[in-house]
Amino acid sequence: MLTAVAILIDGLGFAAWLFLSSVGLTLIYGVMRILNIAHGGFYALGAYSSAWAIGLYMQTGSSVAFTYLLIPLMAIVVGLVAGLIIERGILRFMYGRDEVLMVLVTYAIFLILEDATKLIWGTESLVAYQPAYYLGNIEIFGIPYTVYKFALIGLAVLCGAVLWWGLNRTTTGKLLLVVIEDREVSSALGINVTLFFSATFVIGTTLGALGGAVTAPQISVVPGIGAEVIVMAFAVIVIGGMGSIGGAIIGAIFVGFARAVSVHLYPPAELFSIYLVMAAVLAIKPYGLFSLAQGRKI
Amino acid sequence: MNTILETVDLKRTFGAVVAASNINIKIGAGEVLGVIGSNGAGKTTFVNMVTGYLEPSSGQILFHGESITGKKTRDITRLGICRSFQIPQLFMELTVIDNIIIALTVAREVKPSMLKPTINKEIFDEAMDILRRFQIDQYAESEVGVLAQGIRKLIDIAMATVGDPELLFLDEPTSGVSADEKMQIMDVLISALKSTKTAVLFIEHDMEIIEKFAPRVIAFYEGTVLADGDAADVLENEKVREFVIGKEFHRQAETEQQGGIA
Amino acid sequence: MMNLDRTEKLLLAGIPILILLGFVLPEWVVNYIQVSLGTGLVALAVMIQMRAGLVSFGQGLYFCIGGYAAGMAGKFMGVSDIFILLIIGMLVSLFMAFIAGFLLRRYREIFFAMLSLALSMILYGLLSKLEVLGSTDGFNIPSPTYLGWAPEGDTAKHALYIATCIPALLCAALLNRYLRSPMGFIGEALRENEIRLEYLGTSAHRAVHIKYMIAATVSGLGGVLWALALGHVDPEMTNWTTSGQFVFISILSGVGNIVAPLFGTFILEIVRVYAVEASPNTWQMILGVIMLLTIIFLPKGLWSLIQRKKASAEETTQK
Repeated sequence: MLTAVAILIDGLGFAAWLFLSSVGLTLIYGVMRILNIAHGGFYALGAYSSAWAIGLYMQTGSSVAFTYLLIPLMAIVVGLVAGLIIERGILRFMYGRDEVLMVLVTYAIFLILEDATKLIWGTESLVAYQPAYYLGNIEIFGIPYTVYKFALIGLAVLCGAVLWWGLNRTTTGKLLLVVIEDREVSSALGINVTLFFSATFVIGTTLGALGGAVTAPQISVVPGIGAEVIVMAFAVIVIGGMGSIGGAIIGAIFVGFARAVSVHLYPPAELFSIYLVMAAVLAIKPYGLFSLAQGRKI
Repeated sequence: MNTILETVDLKRTFGAVVAASNINIKIGAGEVLGVIGSNGAGKTTFVNMVTGYLEPSSGQILFHGESITGKKTRDITRLGICRSFQIPQLFMELTVIDNIIIALTVAREVKPSMLKPTINKEIFDEAMDILRRFQIDQYAESEVGVLAQGIRKLIDIAMATVGDPELLFLDEPTSGVSADEKMQIMDVLISALKSTKTAVLFIEHDMEIIEKFAPRVIAFYEGTVLADGDAADVLENEKVREFVIGKEFHRQAETEQQGGIA
Repeated sequence: MMNLDRTEKLLLAGIPILILLGFVLPEWVVNYIQVSLGTGLVALAVMIQMRAGLVSFGQGLYFCIGGYAAGMAGKFMGVSDIFILLIIGMLVSLFMAFIAGFLLRRYREIFFAMLSLALSMILYGLLSKLEVLGSTDGFNIPSPTYLGWAPEGDTAKHALYIATCIPALLCAALLNRYLRSPMGFIGEALRENEIRLEYLGTSAHRAVHIKYMIAATVSGLGGVLWALALGHVDPEMTNWTTSGQFVFISILSGVGNIVAPLFGTFILEIVRVYAVEASPNTWQMILGVIMLLTIIFLPKGLWSLIQRKKASAEETTQK
């Protein structure tokens, strides 16, 4: 019973973190057909910049409360600055190219971002525990949990809701769905596709950076976190079907619970249980659980 | 007539849409027949089913009296039923001669070798012969991707014939080709195929071509066979005139008019 | 007749030349040649798949399987004979690829890339936690023996070097042979049009499966050679970042020629030493920039540059 509750809470916690870290990836793939390996790089940039900003801010001795604004702020800065530079500077010249080629291009960008992060913040680890510590703990059945964890679950739900509302209930969102459906027709209709692409990429990278930024207070930020998170994010979005927000939610829950179960029942399996779930889902449903049928070719 | 292919009550649905139903067609050895019908009438669906690209929802396909229903495309090809495509399906980044050589190699070797070099003088000469027969030998060393649609169509058909099929389906061999090239292409390929004993079924929208090259005609309409018989009879058939040809002639008249104005 | 083409002759002639160079060149260069023959084979494996349009972001899987299989044969069964180790590494890789191939052959493009990555990360997750195999530290592998002969010191180094050159170059020559064969041509056709392949009467899935198994076996061989050269294996061999480097090399060298990835790996290993020494935190950035420039300006890799030069030279001589 105790284990079941622990698995439930940890599973939700993992799922929330996975969703925040991967929803930007699925958004960018859905709209732009770019499987963005550099997403891991943005995650790392978000984590570093928020840990760094929190560290600087805490030196002033002010209240911790403001750091909760600092975290999303840094994510937005990363998304706007790095996202725009990469979209305008590199990606826009390659739109419409082969999907596999775009994977390679974003892999190259990922490598560049990795070192850029090291050049800016060095290779020492950064710690910014205050925001997580400040909210305190609560006990559930005698097990202590940080309130911060529950705050992240709330944030993930909020992000999902906002994205869903934005896509389905606003004019801009509906136009975006048109762009997803048919790029050429929408540009013939007078929709500014370029603007949509830039905006999507910035939003997607901001979400990636946010994933890193909110995680930073819980971990020690070290080089290589981007490479770790990107494979997990792939697993999440592949399970649900790439390009689908709903799929990312399902994928995050699958993977989150797979991890929670193995952490509590068989810890050595923690890491590979995730990929095992992914391989198992793909073996049964090749293109993810929410994939669309393919059209006639000949 | 020595029947080689027979379909029995062939039917295919996509969800609620019936793409083809009650298709009962017999094709004899060495026969040449044309298939007409507007877009969406079920012509390509029929070819896709017989060649194993689509599985029929119900019905039977018999080749030499034996069922090939539900067999895989590659196995049906090995039995001697081949096809060309409305949109040529070629290896675009390879040269024309390499396209033909691959086709020849696959046709020859059921289990392709992994260590013996593919290209030798014999296979090269043979591939050149095929290109010559289709009058496209001057493009042998060109990459397919840079060639005009008419030439791609001929390569596509040439590739379908390398295994000396008994039955060949040509899916709109002249579509996407300029009007004055159409006749030329048909002349080339009918004469190229004449030397073999291949039965040929070709889908065609141009009634002039049908009249000239098809002794027997099948008319499709909304997924069923509207008429099947001698070309003269089918083309005079009232229903066919109303539902199939009428539209075609109308469309042709329109384009001619536009041409006149320009 | 053997019907050797120029590349095959070059590779076969390269065996005695490389062996002789082993006695002449400074030791550190010889070491780099040896190490890069191991990783170069994996890059080759990535490259032959790329020719069929398949990008494997998880080729490190078989690199690791080969290395670990040989290492475990030594550790648990006391096998030290290099011939047996090489065969074990290749057979285990082949077997795993035979199984995994049934899953992977259904995928193309980014799905193939992602699924191959996922499979390699399953092994990574597994090995990182397996204490009996040293977890993330891996374990050491003793020097091999040669049909009962157990050399020591410099002789051992030379023997291992020679024992690396011969299978690596032979394997490359065989791969070249494969690419020229009907099966290799089918691989090429696979990238362009699978529908047509099926309509010609052959199975695209089967061709992918065979290609995947060949690539795995070659990578397994590379893994054994690499592990013996370093005397060590660890889970990093199957981390996706390692696989990424193999992809990098095959992009850089292009898919035009078998020799290019082997040579490319060697150059890269040498450049890396100096670059990392000069500025440790910009090496990946340099790789990334080179990769972007290659993709944009030389989509067929550096090899296309050499070919272009050759073609234009021929043109001028003809005039």
